[in-house]
Amino acid sequence: MAKPASTLAKSATATMAWIDKRLPVTPFYNAVMTGYSAPKNFNFWYYLGSLALFVLVIQILSGIFLTMHYKPSAELAFASVEYIMRDVEWGWFIRYLHSTGASFFFVLIYLHMFRSFLYGSHRAPRELVWVFGMLIYLTLMAEAFMGYVLPWGQMSYWGAQVIINLFGAIPSIGEPLTEWIRGDYFISDATLNRFFALHVIALPLAIFGLVLMHLVALRENGSNNPDGIEIKENKDENGVPVDGIPFHPYYTIKDIFGVAMFLLLFAFVLFFWPEAGGLFLEHDNFVPANPMVTPEHIKPVWYFTPYYAILKAVPDKLMGVILMGLSVVILFFLPWLDRSPVKSIRYKGLWYKVMLGLFVVAFIRLGMLGMAEGTPAQTIEMRVWTFVYFAFFILLYFISPGAKTKPLPERLTH
Amino acid sequence: MNTKPFTAILGLVALLAFAAPVFAAGGGDLQHANVNIRDTAAIQRGSRLFVNYCLSCHSASYMRYSRLADDLGIDRDVVMENLVFADVKIGETMEIAMQPEDAEAWFGKVPPDLSVISRSRGADWLYTYLLTFYQDETGSWNNQALPNASMPHVMWTLQGIQKPFYATHDGVEVIDRLTIAKPGLLSQEEYEDTVRDLVTFLEYLGEPAEVKRKNVGVWVLLFLAFFALITYALKAEYWRDVH
Repeated sequence: MAKPASTLAKSATATMAWIDKRLPVTPFYNAVMTGYSAPKNFNFWYYLGSLALFVLVIQILSGIFLTMHYKPSAELAFASVEYIMRDVEWGWFIRYLHSTGASFFFVLIYLHMFRSFLYGSHRAPRELVWVFGMLIYLTLMAEAFMGYVLPWGQMSYWGAQVIINLFGAIPSIGEPLTEWIRGDYFISDATLNRFFALHVIALPLAIFGLVLMHLVALRENGSNNPDGIEIKENKDENGVPVDGIPFHPYYTIKDIFGVAMFLLLFAFVLFFWPEAGGLFLEHDNFVPANPMVTPEHIKPVWYFTPYYAILKAVPDKLMGVILMGLSVVILFFLPWLDRSPVKSIRYKGLWYKVMLGLFVVAFIRLGMLGMAEGTPAQTIEMRVWTFVYFAFFILLYFISPGAKTKPLPERLTH
Repeated sequence: MNTKPFTAILGLVALLAFAAPVFAAGGGDLQHANVNIRDTAAIQRGSRLFVNYCLSCHSASYMRYSRLADDLGIDRDVVMENLVFADVKIGETMEIAMQPEDAEAWFGKVPPDLSVISRSRGADWLYTYLLTFYQDETGSWNNQALPNASMPHVMWTLQGIQKPFYATHDGVEVIDRLTIAKPGLLSQEEYEDTVRDLVTFLEYLGEPAEVKRKNVGVWVLLFLAFFALITYALKAEYWRDVH
C-alpha cells in the first residue's frame, strides 16, 4: 500500500514488457481482441457461438466435480448418481448443471448452425470454419452419447445397444466391429468403463482442439455478418474496416449480456424443470440398467431423434444406416452446395426462404417422429420429411447459381 | 421486403406439422394425484404408510433415515422409534431383510427398489396404480393400471376389496369400472387421501432436494434478472456511439 499508483503502474508495464519479450501476450491480445474488427451489425444469432463456448466451460467444470463422486462400474454407476443427487453437498446442482448443460449445448449448436444457413457464414473464404464446426458437432454427438450411457439406466443401456448395433449393419466387419467397440459380447462393465474414459478424457480433448482450430480459422478472415458482405473490402485510411468495431470491448460486453439472458433461461430449466418433461432426463432412465428386460419403447435423447427418424424411415437396416450417415455427412458439403452469388438470405429471394423453412420443419418434425412409437402412418410421414431433408441440399445445388438475387448494399445495414 | 405471406404460409405448415400428435395415449387414462411436494405433513403421514406397507418387500436403498428426519423436521429419536423397525442406525439407508432370491421365488419377480420410482413412473401413475387393485373371478389380485401385476393389494384392509365390471368395446371385453364389493376401514375419499399422502412421500423420496432446488432457484433467477439488467445497461452505455 505504501507505493504510489504511478510506481505500481510503472512496474506493471515493466512486468508486461518482460513477459512480452518471452511470450507474445500483448500482441496476441491485440490481434484477437482489441485490434480485431468485427462487423457492427451482429444480431441475436451472433450470441450463440460465445454461448456454446460458455456451456463447454460449464460442462467441463461440472464434469470434473461429477467424476469426483461417480463410479464407472456396472455394479455401482446407477447408485453413485443417486449418491450424487442425495448425499453429495450440492450434488443435485452439479448433476443438473451437467445434464441440463448437455441438452442446452445441442440447442445452442443447432441454432448456431442454423445461423450459417441464414447468412451463409460457411461460404468462401470461411469453409474451414464450417468444416471444423461440423467436426466439433460430430465429436459432440459421440461425447453426448457416451455421457448418456454413464448413469447406467435402462435408456443408457438399451440406447447404447441400439446405437452400437448400427455398426453391425456394415457387411462382414460389422459384427467384429461392434464387439471391438463394446469390449465384450454384450454391453457390460467393460463398455461402461471405456465410455467413461472416452467421455472424460479423449473426446473433451478432441473437442478442445477442434474449438481452437474453429476459432483460429474464424479470426483469419473475421466473422461473416447478416448481410453476408465482406467488411474488409471497405477500409478507411488507417486500414480499419469502416463497418467494423473492435471486438473488445464492444462484443465482449454484448456477449456478457447474452450470457446473462442465457443463464436466466438455463437456470429456469435447471431449478424448476430439470427433466424437461422427460426430454432432458428420460423417465425410463430412472430404472437401473437391466440386460434381461427390454424397455417397451427405446429411443435416443431428443438431439439425436431427427437422425433416428431417418434411420427408421428406411426398411432396410444397412440402407437406413447409410442414409442416416449421409444426412450428417451432407452437412459438411454445405459450403460447396450453396452456389448463390450472395451469401445472406436477405438477398437470396423467396425460393431460399421457402426451402429453408421447409427444411427446418422437416428437421423438427423428424425429431418429433424419432421419439414416437412408430405407427405405419408415422413411418410414411418420416419418409416424406426425410425426402424434404435431402431435397433441400440437392435443390440448393441446382437452384442457387441461377436464381435471381437482390442487389447487395455497399455498407452494412441493421 | 414483403415476407408476410411467406411467413404466414410457413407458420401454417409448421403449425399443422407440429400439432399432429406423435405419442399414443398408452396405459389408459391416469387419475390426477395432485401432490404438493411442500406439504410436509402429508410427506410425514406418507412416510409412516411407506414403512408400514411397502418397506417389508420394497427397499429404498438410496434414502437415509437421517435425511428423512432432517428434511421433515422430525427429531431423529422420534424417527428411530416410529419409522425404523430394522436393526439399523439412523444414518443408514432403507434396506430390507428379504433376499432377492427369496423374493423371486415368492412373487415371481423381485419387488423394485422404490427410491426413484416416482421419477420413472410419475405421481399420477403411482396414484392410479394404488387405487385400481381388484380381485378377479378366481379370487387373485390384479391391477387395472398394471395388468397381471405380481404385487398383491397390501392396503386392502384400508380400501376394501374392489370387483371389476366388464363392458365390451369393439368386440373386446374391457374393465368398465371397479366397485367396492367388501368395504375396508376407510371410505373411498379417505382412502384416496391416504394414497395421495403415500404418493407425496414417494415423490419426495424420488428427489429429496426438490424443495430446496426450487427455493434456491427463486433467488438465482432474481439475481440473474438483476444481473441481466446491469449488463444490458453496460452494453447500452458502450454501444451508444455505434451507429
